[in-house]
Amino acid sequence: MLAQQFVNGVLLGATYALFALGFTLMFGVMRVINLTYGFYFSAGAYLALFATRDAGLPIWAALPLASIGSGLIAVVIDALLLTRLRRVRASELASLMVTLGAVLALYSLATTFVGADIRRFPIGIIPEAAYEFAGVRITAAQILILLATSVLVGGLVALMRGTRLGLAIRALAERPDAAGLMGIDTTRVAAIVSFLSGVLAGAGGVLIGLNFNAIQPYMGEEMMLRGFVVIIVGGLGDIRGALIAGVLLGLVEVATAGYFVSSLKDAVAFAILVAVLWTRPSGLFGRAVIRRA
Amino acid sequence: MMAVPPWLDDLLWTYQNLIHSLGINGLLALSMYVVLAVGQLSLGQAAFMGLGAYGSALLTLKLHWPFWVVLPASCVAPAMFALAVGVPTLRLSGVYLAIATIGLGEVLRAVYLNIDLFGGALGLSGIPARAETWMIYGLLAAAVIVLWLIGRSRIGRAMEAMREDETAAQVMGVDIRRYRMGALLASALLAGIAGALGAHVSSFIGPNEYGFQPAVTILSFALLGGIGTPLAPVLGAAVLTLLPEALRGFSDLRLVFNGVIIVLAVLFLPNGVFAWRMRRRAA
Repeated sequence: MLAQQFVNGVLLGATYALFALGFTLMFGVMRVINLTYGFYFSAGAYLALFATRDAGLPIWAALPLASIGSGLIAVVIDALLLTRLRRVRASELASLMVTLGAVLALYSLATTFVGADIRRFPIGIIPEAAYEFAGVRITAAQILILLATSVLVGGLVALMRGTRLGLAIRALAERPDAAGLMGIDTTRVAAIVSFLSGVLAGAGGVLIGLNFNAIQPYMGEEMMLRGFVVIIVGGLGDIRGALIAGVLLGLVEVATAGYFVSSLKDAVAFAILVAVLWTRPSGLFGRAVIRRA
Repeated sequence: MMAVPPWLDDLLWTYQNLIHSLGINGLLALSMYVVLAVGQLSLGQAAFMGLGAYGSALLTLKLHWPFWVVLPASCVAPAMFALAVGVPTLRLSGVYLAIATIGLGEVLRAVYLNIDLFGGALGLSGIPARAETWMIYGLLAAAVIVLWLIGRSRIGRAMEAMREDETAAQVMGVDIRRYRMGALLASALLAGIAGALGAHVSSFIGPNEYGFQPAVTILSFALLGGIGTPLAPVLGAAVLTLLPEALRGFSDLRLVFNGVIIVLAVLFLPNGVFAWRMRRRAA
């Protein structure tokens, strides 16, 4: 029972980590809390739904396609909304407000097109059977979560640590002006970071949509609360912190539902957020640099 | 009471809901204004409003308190949440308050939905209509006047200074944390009162009225109107409340419109449509 809950919590947390990773990456590099981020999560889930239901693709093809689609949406939205603000070096609150207005418009537009009803993936898109390992049941959806998050997180870490592009991204995060002077095309790198974040959010949307088999337009907005908790607990802009905090949040949610009251899991998550802000605003791992007022 | 001519009575009756929401949205716009006026961004106005609405409705329905006690009491819960969220975040840079207050709204919605006391998805109904039109507009007028006087005073000067340049204001001896906390508390009180009034004119409240969409809509009031004077956000709220009535065919797109207003206002109209400035005597 305990082992089962542990596995469920870690796998749920892996999707939270994946989602928060893109969010914290975007903030770390571009210094913007981009609230349209939740929309890419919803977009990923719907793109996968269209790909499987209407185009008849199998899930292993729909998942990467939907993720890439969300990444492209992220690039376009970022360019439309934030290019001008970056040029005039607007305050971080101005960017936050722009993305907030935009995300409301995006969700409402999407709702008028796809409707507010909960949609489900076609039956049999992923095997219903569960496999047992040493008394722990794992569903096919959970195995897909494990595989996809491992590939994406591993790929991102390899990209950031081992390539010139990763070096450029880290340089941009560290000192945007200096990075520009060193010959880095900052606009292009920013677009790539938007794309990567959109891919992570979109993949998260597909995986959560599969895990609970429920897709609706505002699912990204509900996910944002978890995104906030993870990036604050992990430290704003801290990639390793987001990974650990995401898995911890998954465990806490499963434990709350298992041993306390399931309906209060959001409240518990928010209480953790506030407690961390009171005691360790730079995140549990204390590596993120916070600007005090 | 003055005798009201029948045609006016009819008019008031037909447009009663609209008249109420104009006043209540005006109060909400002011609650956004006080926070923006000190250069902070709180997205918890809808959450504070929901706390005021649910708190006051429960006091009326379960404890049968008279309305003149319920109305001030409805501010207690919003103020407590404002303190819990504001104290840790206001010492940090502005994004932390924004994040924590959006989170607050999402959490409270989940709590209302899942806890029986709050009526779940059905919300609370049968709330007696105790708030009168004159109360709403009286409180709105009082709030505008008080905020105008504050805006013209030393405090207003300090608020404007910290909005324009935080560091410079601090150097000049403005205690910015105290002003920010005061602004957030005032904002929570105004939103709490607006929530209590709203609950006692509409007889029904539900969890989705205080979620993400209203939170963003309230921000659009203040950004459309501008924050140079307290009257500007109230006018912004009036425009955005009346517009959907005028364009009924497009009511599905109302939220799209509110969102686009925010984007355009921030990008192209940073001072709002009603970009007046306060007049102050030289110090």
